[in-house]
Amino acid sequence: MAEANTTHSPNDDIIICRDVHKWFDDFHVLQGVSLTIKRQEVVVICGPSGSGKSTFIRTINRLEEHQRGDIIVDGIELSHDIRNIEAVRREVGMVFQQFNLFPHLTVLQNVTLAPIWARKWPNEKAEETAMQLLERVGIPEQAHKYPGQLSGGQQQRVAIARALAMQPKIMLFDEPTSALDPEMIKEVLDVMRELAYSGMTMIVVTHEMGFAKEAANRIVFFDEGNIVEQNTPTEFFANPEEERTKLFLSQILTH
Amino acid sequence: MSTNSTTVIRPPSPPGPVRWLKKNLFSTWYDTVLTILAIVFLYFVLKGVLSWVLFTANWAPVINSPKLFAVGQYPPEQLWRVGTILFMVSFLFGLSWRVWGGTVRTFALALVVAFSIMALLPISMDLKLRIGFLANPILTFIGYQAGRTPIGKSRWVAMGWLLSFVLTILLLSGIEGINWLPKVETGLWGGLLLTFLLALVGIVASFPIGVLLALGRQSKLPVLKGFCVLFIEIVRGVPLVTILFMASIILPLFLPEGIRIDRVLRAMVGMTLFAAAYMAENIRGGLQAIPVGQIEAAKAVGLNNFQAMGLIVLPQALRLVIPTIVGQFIALFMDTTLAAIVGLLELLAIGRAVLESNVEWKLLNMEVYLFIAVIFWVFNYAMSYASRRLEVALGVGER
Repeated sequence: MAEANTTHSPNDDIIICRDVHKWFDDFHVLQGVSLTIKRQEVVVICGPSGSGKSTFIRTINRLEEHQRGDIIVDGIELSHDIRNIEAVRREVGMVFQQFNLFPHLTVLQNVTLAPIWARKWPNEKAEETAMQLLERVGIPEQAHKYPGQLSGGQQQRVAIARALAMQPKIMLFDEPTSALDPEMIKEVLDVMRELAYSGMTMIVVTHEMGFAKEAANRIVFFDEGNIVEQNTPTEFFANPEEERTKLFLSQILTH
Repeated sequence: MSTNSTTVIRPPSPPGPVRWLKKNLFSTWYDTVLTILAIVFLYFVLKGVLSWVLFTANWAPVINSPKLFAVGQYPPEQLWRVGTILFMVSFLFGLSWRVWGGTVRTFALALVVAFSIMALLPISMDLKLRIGFLANPILTFIGYQAGRTPIGKSRWVAMGWLLSFVLTILLLSGIEGINWLPKVETGLWGGLLLTFLLALVGIVASFPIGVLLALGRQSKLPVLKGFCVLFIEIVRGVPLVTILFMASIILPLFLPEGIRIDRVLRAMVGMTLFAAAYMAENIRGGLQAIPVGQIEAAKAVGLNNFQAMGLIVLPQALRLVIPTIVGQFIALFMDTTLAAIVGLLELLAIGRAVLESNVEWKLLNMEVYLFIAVIFWVFNYAMSYASRRLEVALGVGER
């Protein structure tokens, strides 16, 4: 499957969402979201809390199930078929707000676990790749420590390495810096910026507008379960069209 | 103290015995009163207990029937099997000591000391038995040395223990048709041997069943979930004695004619199922303590449901409930005495049988039951000690 996809041109749509709806009981979280993302594109999703942006990116690797509409990731349609879901999850890495590292495993084991079990790599290959990734996120010397011994910023960088270890085609970031102390935000954003420049397809839910300006190709503004407005960062910040966008920008940029 | 202590802060003076006494026992006047009262109290209690144990008590039933207490009516000419099992365990303890170290070392050494004492006991004893006891510590040290060779791998040692469990059962029961290993009716098994077997089988078998029940109870499949809930709630709602009675008396009535399940096996199955239901609830507690984020992260990196459970959730959940589980093992060990009610001659029942075997011993209840209590205490203490050390080693409650 992997080889078949490389024959596509780099501008193909890698994620297609059409009219995605989701309800939590009576609460209509996603109200017909349609969004298409191209290969190597970096999309930042922002919006007020409760607007459904986190829920939306969690439907892309099926941590949340959508109830209406289509989601097609790298040519695989997400349905109830568990094989499709697992296939998509192998191609999509995710970084969580609370890191969610495995506390009973060392940093190295955190990173090698999925390649060994889900990709059936031999231990040596997995460890070699893991060390390269830890090098890339700047903490190779922490490989044999446990997550609990690391700072928040370091933990989040391990989480990024763990997601990259599966060699995903897409990376999802769900508010990756929201649980971090201010002085640690930069070290995580640096890693993400480097990743964006390397050509990774990324969807990032974040309030870090500096990162959005520098690294994103497109900014998508969510409110009340749907996309209100989307544009290039320059246009988005300079000429927001919708009232709700203007209000949101004025609130987050004034402090 | 130090001659050139110009800038160095003087270290606190070393905690000598007098200092310790003063600080901990006589620091205030009421401390002093309490200390003196406690000493007086302890003196009288200890004096009473010791003078009873050493002079008044008649230990004849215990001293004269060690074999009964150890193995019950197991045929004397087949006792080499029990000896072989002990050899196996001693060797494995030596091997584990080298490979795992830590607490295992304490246990291996305790075993060495215990066997050495038994070999040197100043009572009349068959020379072969004496040599047999002496061989155990030697085997422990051989095992320790064997730990240097390629078999000294964690994986092999674990396999060895598992294999020894199967071999133990095979050796004790014998195999039909093999001349040198004839069948030994389980009705003849007894004493500490039977107590151990009941507890060991219960512990080893109830653990995986408990894990499966706990997972089943959390399942989304209604039939599976329903079955697990029903099983757990029914078993937990019934006393163990009832289950043992059911297993030993009612179950045979339902079986087709000609099929007879062994009495000991029935008790083992009853105890295992009983323990499994409680185990399931304990493990469920651990499972619920694992944050959802762990499962989400496991799925997001591409692990399937089984891998997420087996590699991420269960290891963390089990670690959390080690203290509870060991507590349950200890309870199970003591619950084996209930097997006496359905006619098995485990340690407690043997004690009663010994008392009745001789008219002169009839009134020596105290001695016999105290002896049995001490045996139970030693093994229970060992288990809870091991659990505490395991908690420290695994860092439970740190995080």
